[in-house]
Amino acid sequence: MLKVNHLRLDYGKRNIVPDLSIQGLTRGTLTSLLGPNGSGKSTLLKALAGLLRTTSGRITLDDQDLTRASFEQRAKHVVYLPQSLPESVHLRVFESVLVAANASMYGAQTDGTELETIYALLRRLGIEHLAMHFLDQLSGGQKQLVGLAQALIRKPRLLLLDEPLSALDLNYQFHVMDLLRQETHEHGLITVIVLHDLNIALRHSDYALMIRAGRLLAEGAPGEVITAQTLADCYGVNGRIESCSRGIAQVLIDGLRDPIR
Amino acid sequence: MPNQNTTTTPGSVADYRRILRRRWLLTALLALIILLSIIADFMLGPSGLPLRDILRTLFDPQSADPTTQVIVWEIRLPYALMAMAVGVALGLAGAEMQTILNNPLASPFTLGISSAAAFGASLAIVLNLSIPGLPYSWMIAGNAFAFALLSALLLDAVARWGGMNASGVVLFGIALVFSFNALVSLVQFVASAEALQGLIFWTMGSLSRATWTKLGVLLLVFALILPLSLKDAWRLTALRLGEDRAASFGINVQRLRLTSLIRISLLSALAVSFVGTIGFIGLVAPHIARRLFGEDHRFYLPGSALVGGVILSLASIASKNIITGVIIPVGIVTSLVGIPFFLSVVLRRQMK
Repeated sequence: MLKVNHLRLDYGKRNIVPDLSIQGLTRGTLTSLLGPNGSGKSTLLKALAGLLRTTSGRITLDDQDLTRASFEQRAKHVVYLPQSLPESVHLRVFESVLVAANASMYGAQTDGTELETIYALLRRLGIEHLAMHFLDQLSGGQKQLVGLAQALIRKPRLLLLDEPLSALDLNYQFHVMDLLRQETHEHGLITVIVLHDLNIALRHSDYALMIRAGRLLAEGAPGEVITAQTLADCYGVNGRIESCSRGIAQVLIDGLRDPIR
Repeated sequence: MPNQNTTTTPGSVADYRRILRRRWLLTALLALIILLSIIADFMLGPSGLPLRDILRTLFDPQSADPTTQVIVWEIRLPYALMAMAVGVALGLAGAEMQTILNNPLASPFTLGISSAAAFGASLAIVLNLSIPGLPYSWMIAGNAFAFALLSALLLDAVARWGGMNASGVVLFGIALVFSFNALVSLVQFVASAEALQGLIFWTMGSLSRATWTKLGVLLLVFALILPLSLKDAWRLTALRLGEDRAASFGINVQRLRLTSLIRISLLSALAVSFVGTIGFIGLVAPHIARRLFGEDHRFYLPGSALVGGVILSLASIASKNIITGVIIPVGIVTSLVGIPFFLSVVLRRQMK
């Protein structure tokens, strides 16, 4: 269970998140973190990952206070995937996952992850045929899946992803979301994803958080969070949530709430 | 007979193990090439001693005449070994530097760390700096290290806090090269005639001042630093995946960079204070090592060191044999070979 109590975050002198609390994200749920640009989504995610100093407040994961955990301790349980794709380096896919598993090891030491485990993970993600390819030969979508493998090999309890879909085409967007959901459910992860696409959030996540200007506007099931009211309040647009002919909820946007100033 | 393992071991794992084996083989091969190159470097020279005399002097020094003894034991052997030692030091320093600064054009020479060390060394010579109880030659190396570290930290600060991209950092590094070269010239201008003679040698990297003591110190420091580099091999490789990613894997990126910069400065400063600025080894060797080994730093770091040793050893052979009877300073040879290489890396980046 991940809980956030009265979290305050600042970038230098600028306050990004004044006072934010999250009731509790349970294991095996995929949560989308929604909000307009500059709402503090990425900042919040980085703070959860421990890459940012929190000004005050508590972040607890299964009763462990993450704000007080050491860098190494936290990295055992939390993995954060930045928005950028893995850099194009001359490493084989298989190696890059091995490196991720052993990143905090010294010298020739390894963390005991068997090579077979890595291969099994690649197979689970459907990229075992890329294992011996070099990272700098892959497409954006393939790279994102490798990034995911690098994260999952560390067996995190809390998995944080910053806009993992932004560089991907439709096919890979669905592929990645399906995989994330499957991994989250099967391995009991707490997964938090920053998303821009509300339809994907509606369709693929179990839970949703919507923030604006660093404040939590709504939390709950995606269908309860993404409503005509929150669309207006949060994004300043007039919109509807309608069922399509197959009964899947879709967000439709009719236009801006206020004319452009 | 097909063995049982092929059915239980997934293809990739077996493939990967094969790659690992190939890398070990390649490492051994490079070590062998270095050995052969050192032997060739040792055998060849302007004095044109016959092979028989060289071998006899090597294995039974007493039987040879004093001139041959001096040539073999005081010139040829330390010279050939020093070429290898400086090469491995610069190869390792360059490899770490390209990773830390995430820049394929980084090397102690191209980004001014060598120039800074040369300035530090010449300052120590001219001002006759000394700390009681410390040998004079240590003072030169120590001052070289201080300036090398200073410029390395400056580069790192510019690269990170200035938010400068790769080409910006290279330009800044070149500015450092110019500044320190100008300062070295200034020191030369005001130096006394005898100090000047010693100084000229820094601007032209040359192995001709190789001594057994210097060789011993350099090899000792390298032997201490290499295990420390290898200890960080996983971290450095993870850093290549991106800084945020590495941090999220539990790596203290700031500390990693700092310790690496200290190692780089130490290696560059020693190399410079012993043989002067020898350029481009630290630039070329990592590129070749990346091609041969990929970027798994467990292999890439020692690989780059070995390649650096091979290159400088070969350059040393060339420097003795391009013009018969004359030993060209080896820094001139490496620069002549290195500049086209540098340009090709720049052009390839532009085309991307």
